[in-house]
Amino acid sequence: MTAIGRRRFLGYVLAAPTLVTAAGLDAGLPSPEITDLLDLNDLMTAAALPTANLITVEVGPDGTVSFALPRAEVGQGITTSTAMLIAEELSVPVGRVRVTLADARPELVFNQLTGGSNTTFATYVPIRVAAAVARSRLMQAAAAELGVAPADLTLKDGVISNRAGRSVGIGELSGRAATTRTLRVPVELAARESFTVIGRPHNRIDALDAVTGRKKFTLDLDVPDAKPAMVCRPPTINGKVGSVANLAEVRAMPGVTDAVVISTGVAVRAATFGQCVDAVRALRVTWKPGTAEGKSDESVLRELRAAEPPLGLRPPTPVVEGSFTFHFRSNSALEPNCAIADVRADRAEIWSSLKSPIVAQQAIAARLGLPQSRVTVHVTEGGGSFGRKLFFDAALEAAELSQRVGKPVKLLWHRADDSRQGRTHPMAISRVRVSYLGGTVLGYQQRHTSVSTDLGHGLGEIITALAARLPGGDLSFAQTFFQLSQTMPYQFGVSGRLLNETDRGFNTGSMRNVYSPDVTCARELVVDRLAARMGRDPRRFRHDFLHDERSRAVLAAVAEAGEWGRPMPAGTAQGIAFHSEYKSVSAALVEIDCRPETVERPIRDGVTGPRVTKAVFAVDAGLAVNPRGLEAQMMGGVMDGIALALTSSLHLRDGHFLEASWDDYFYTRQWNTPPDLRIIVMPSTSDRPGGAGELGVAASMAAVACAYGRATGTMPTTFPINHGTLSFTPKPTVPPIPPSPADGLDHAR
Amino acid sequence: MPEHTFRVNGEQVTVEVAPDVRLLWVLRDLLGITGPKYGCGIDVCKACTSHLNGKAVSPCAIPVGELRPDDEVTTIEGLAATSGQELHPMQRAWLDHDVSQCGYCQPGQIMAAVALVRRVAEEGRAVTDADLDGLRNICRCGTYPRIRDAIRAGAEAMR
Ligand code: FES
Ligand code: FES
Repeated sequence: MTAIGRRRFLGYVLAAPTLVTAAGLDAGLPSPEITDLLDLNDLMTAAALPTANLITVEVGPDGTVSFALPRAEVGQGITTSTAMLIAEELSVPVGRVRVTLADARPELVFNQLTGGSNTTFATYVPIRVAAAVARSRLMQAAAAELGVAPADLTLKDGVISNRAGRSVGIGELSGRAATTRTLRVPVELAARESFTVIGRPHNRIDALDAVTGRKKFTLDLDVPDAKPAMVCRPPTINGKVGSVANLAEVRAMPGVTDAVVISTGVAVRAATFGQCVDAVRALRVTWKPGTAEGKSDESVLRELRAAEPPLGLRPPTPVVEGSFTFHFRSNSALEPNCAIADVRADRAEIWSSLKSPIVAQQAIAARLGLPQSRVTVHVTEGGGSFGRKLFFDAALEAAELSQRVGKPVKLLWHRADDSRQGRTHPMAISRVRVSYLGGTVLGYQQRHTSVSTDLGHGLGEIITALAARLPGGDLSFAQTFFQLSQTMPYQFGVSGRLLNETDRGFNTGSMRNVYSPDVTCARELVVDRLAARMGRDPRRFRHDFLHDERSRAVLAAVAEAGEWGRPMPAGTAQGIAFHSEYKSVSAALVEIDCRPETVERPIRDGVTGPRVTKAVFAVDAGLAVNPRGLEAQMMGGVMDGIALALTSSLHLRDGHFLEASWDDYFYTRQWNTPPDLRIIVMPSTSDRPGGAGELGVAASMAAVACAYGRATGTMPTTFPINHGTLSFTPKPTVPPIPPSPADGLDHAR
Repeated sequence: MPEHTFRVNGEQVTVEVAPDVRLLWVLRDLLGITGPKYGCGIDVCKACTSHLNGKAVSPCAIPVGELRPDDEVTTIEGLAATSGQELHPMQRAWLDHDVSQCGYCQPGQIMAAVALVRRVAEEGRAVTDADLDGLRNICRCGTYPRIRDAIRAGAEAMR
């Protein structure tokens, strides 16, 4: 039996009045005997495995199936794909499966961290096993009820029928299928050929709520007396409060109930957020220095250059080299950092969108001086993450403030705070050297040097716990992460890559796809240059050097659909790039228009710049549970890649970031969107899903960079390409947030 | 505290609050109407987009004291009723194209789309690429291409 095709597993029926089932502990990695964890997905899946039996599927008396997913839904569509997995095994309509987000459950240890595009990969088998156990129990209960053998029954749309047409709903059977003591049950999962839900496009299960305004995010929750709160923040990164001149005066402002100093600034609580904005702006605070005083893009770049590990002796053969700079970028979601906290003397309750709720619970309990068991952490639906929600900055702050004022609070970071003091994707430089002789590539070396990335959201603990099974020995968390997430997809002889980190003075975090967009962009630009040096076509060159057929297939798919090599007018060009990660492969082909009339087209308060006029993206993410959701993730990845290559960055000056608005930080807008976008989901080559939530970014960014280089005749070396031009007037840092505009009626249209 | 009277989603409301508090906070914090989202508070992201007398506005930039008693504010919650159907054709188009990812921007996107289609209809023409390029609503999940497709379909259905 091959490990991949394995379908028999053990599960449990748990003691409960209604039917509650769980997976056994053999339902994790394709082959549990794997001792070497080869990549980040293996690592996270192995970490989740020992608690797979604690995650349950429940069949209610009304025939609905409930599942509390111990992951965060932040737009990536995992509640939908999870409902599809359960619907498949239980033969119920997807609409009858209620997927909610589990509160922090410390007993799950490493099995409640959303990251590394790992959710579907890690939960694909355990969730189905739990559902399959439920199915088998229901069939047995129905057999007793209808007086026939289970084999003579069929289950369809949540109803079990015998051949004579007698039937019973699964809700009615829930009590009889339940057990008073835990049972171990062997099950066989549905065969892939029989799938009717998995692998078919499905719309999101929360789509109706989203388009009617009924979908509830943290700030939309109605927690009694949780009044709006905001924080007056320092003018430089992580500055501290010295003194406040007018606390009493601000407390007396309309609507304001509290104004107090907390560890990150001066917090205000009021009847409305509008009054919080006014109160924050009225505060007169003297500030102490922060953790990046006086630093600028230039000074950080000097630090990075000084920390760059050497490439080694230059070989005697010809080489192609490149050195690339990637500026600070913001991982702000559209929903800013926010949380609700209700802290009492002996307990606390928190609501926030959190990808690492157990770590958040521990940190909040420690901050409040409460036992962890007295802190309830509810995971709410998130308005985007992009890595931001791995951390819990707002939840910690809300808890501190609620304890301080003795009242519930609904805390929001102003957009300006979210951009300036929120976590960033660190600035990095990447140096590449390829050596070759004739038509053979002999070696590839890459040195990636980055401002330190904070991984203190639970991943570090996972790495420590599984260190013995990891290759590489004595590496830092970040270096382990780097090595596990990066691969060399080309036959480039002896290849090596190193990460070095410097400077811990910034608030950083992983941003969608972490190191890969920068590392891949640098590599693919050098690949283009190498191909040119050898007189080869960039697509043909990649094709010939890629390791395997699956990789060549995605490249061929974009080349064909995108008509690679078609004649293009001067100032426009195509670019092509490849990236593999999360046990998935991807390729992007874009066309870019860099002609002056396009670059200079007028848009108010926006960066126009070169336009990607067409993008074709091909993905093989193994078995695509929900192809429509997979396409959506790739689309988002393409939009991110365009922004990273062309427009979006933070400018560091004198210890603070200049960007304080979406009209300063130029994430892709409609006027940057390719009018022609095509996503190709490849026929599945695997029985298991790979990761996809972050996959789309790297190849897209690289393809845009390559196209830009070919259109302009100059390989870009600094990203985004417009970073050198400041395209907005920076807002003041004192007060830290801009006033609320009052001219809205003039702009009705 | 001064009183302000206006109409929201077909009903007369009166709120007691300082006149300079922006409409977004009156809707969200005082009236509990949470469809319009906060994404910037400075009329940039358009996540709060709602309609005032049928036109798109940013409630984060309107002092509540400037509203008159017969002004009609429509938020995403009240959009369907303006079409006399269970869902507005634009909402249906959004579902057909499975536009939403996290969904945070989408109430604002839909309200902006409906106002755009009404405006070009008044000008007696169809929605162009330039019109779509001119939409300023941020979607940090990058759903822009599906938004474009849905607006074109929704515009057809609104005719
Ligand atoms: S919150 Fe109103 S435009 Fe951003
Ligand atoms: S769907 Fe998430 S911001 Fe638009």
